Amino acid sequence: MRFLKLWLVYLRVGVMGEVAYRANFLLHLLESALELGTALAGLAIIFSHTATLGGWRPDELVALVGVYFLVGGVIGLVIQPSMEQLTEAVHDGTLDFTLTKPEDAQLLVSVWRVEIWKLTDVLMGFVVIVISLARLGERVGIREAAAFAAAILAGGVIVYSFWMILATSAFWLVRVENILVIFQSVYEAGRWPVSIYPGWLRFALRFLVPVAFAITVPAQALAGRLTWQALLGAVLFAAALFTAARVIWRMGIRHYSGASS
Amino acid sequence: MKGLSDVYLQQLKTSLAAMLQYRASLVIWLIGNILEPLIYLVVWSTVSRSSGGSVGGFAEKDFAAYYIALLLVNQVTYTWVMYEFDYRVRQGTFSSALLHPVHPIHSDIADNISSKVVSFPFVLAAAAALSAIFHPAFRTTAVTVAFFIPALALAFLVRFLVEWTAALAAFWTTRVNAINQIYFISALFLSGQIAPLSLLPPPLRVVAMFLPFRWTIGFPIELILGRLTRAQILTGLAVQVVWLLAALALLRILWRASVRKYSAVGA
Repeated sequence: MRFLKLWLVYLRVGVMGEVAYRANFLLHLLESALELGTALAGLAIIFSHTATLGGWRPDELVALVGVYFLVGGVIGLVIQPSMEQLTEAVHDGTLDFTLTKPEDAQLLVSVWRVEIWKLTDVLMGFVVIVISLARLGERVGIREAAAFAAAILAGGVIVYSFWMILATSAFWLVRVENILVIFQSVYEAGRWPVSIYPGWLRFALRFLVPVAFAITVPAQALAGRLTWQALLGAVLFAAALFTAARVIWRMGIRHYSGASS
Repeated sequence: MKGLSDVYLQQLKTSLAAMLQYRASLVIWLIGNILEPLIYLVVWSTVSRSSGGSVGGFAEKDFAAYYIALLLVNQVTYTWVMYEFDYRVRQGTFSSALLHPVHPIHSDIADNISSKVVSFPFVLAAAAALSAIFHPAFRTTAVTVAFFIPALALAFLVRFLVEWTAALAAFWTTRVNAINQIYFISALFLSGQIAPLSLLPPPLRVVAMFLPFRWTIGFPIELILGRLTRAQILTGLAVQVVWLLAALALLRILWRASVRKYSAVGA
């Protein structure tokens, strides 16, 4: 709960920094809506030629688009801005101040910047998921809901740990912000179920840039086509990656010596 | 004319040097530009497989050919001026360019070409790799190649002029992101990126005929794939020339008005 309190503080700072530009909210809402409209129109074109895409029916793919927006929104809301700030702080040495604070430093750097406008994406993703759930109807029971909650949590942890590991490599490498941008461009591949991709690409989307776990797996849970083995695999992978992120962070901190004064 | 060719030569040299310095951005750009056609290639191949091997006259191999051609055509015609103008005007870096004795579009064209010279071998390698994986069916003949070359050159010019003109919106408003987004969404649907145009619903197909997007991407692709009749090719080339002239005229008018309007927002 300390984590939540801490995050709310940063969220408040983010809100205070941006409320002066209220018109931006409408603009960002428009941009999110356009992006969502594009995704749905694309689906409409595809499903005007086929009944299913790689075994996925239209409503299920709409749910997948919802997950895509929800997870992408969370990444843009806190993960990406915080990690970008981390690489900058390592470069110009301002991380020194953070390390002296009494709170766990990894926790601090994980949430220390909030891009509040991305809440529009989170909101939009949530609405789409709810609508697709209503359309999927009674096929989504308690079991599917629980599996979805577990899968999206595991997916979130995997994405966070992945970003954390990349950003932490700034302790050793100089220009990691480029690698972070690559994740953004590969993330787009997650708008489609990874099962349709050829084997080598599927592998890359599972383990090199783990968008499969963040988007396809939770959407599979909603569609009721997630086996418990796959869910267990996702949870174990999340635990392993989270631990790895922690270990690498510790090593990075030990390696770190304020680069500039 | 001598002065202008000097400008181009010098700009080519500087952008090449800058490009080789910022190799990482080149890699990022490449990944994005290769991934997008690859995604749609896979999606449409899946659709075609589940519909008994063919959708609207496209078999799996045809989609592979279509999207590999799209990768190459997009590589030639791609511009990034719409993103850059926003930055230029807001940061005020355009102020000095406006004082130069030559029109700033020339340095942008040179910059665009030099970056493509550097990235072209990589895109070609990617196209070859995708061809090895997806076995595209190209029905290209010497005649289509002969028509393809001017069509591609016109596509580049039309796209560059249209996007450079659209980018002038940055002179009038500091919030061009929404405008750019609407432009790119229109291009996504109407240029033949999200699907070959013949797979779009008929109303969209009609709209695409009358907007520039199709003529900058979809048309050269369909041409090189041998999907167009001789009459369609000639009509297409004529439409491209009309768009080229229209864009040139519009650019002249809007450029004058925009420069008068110019005020840098940043320091």
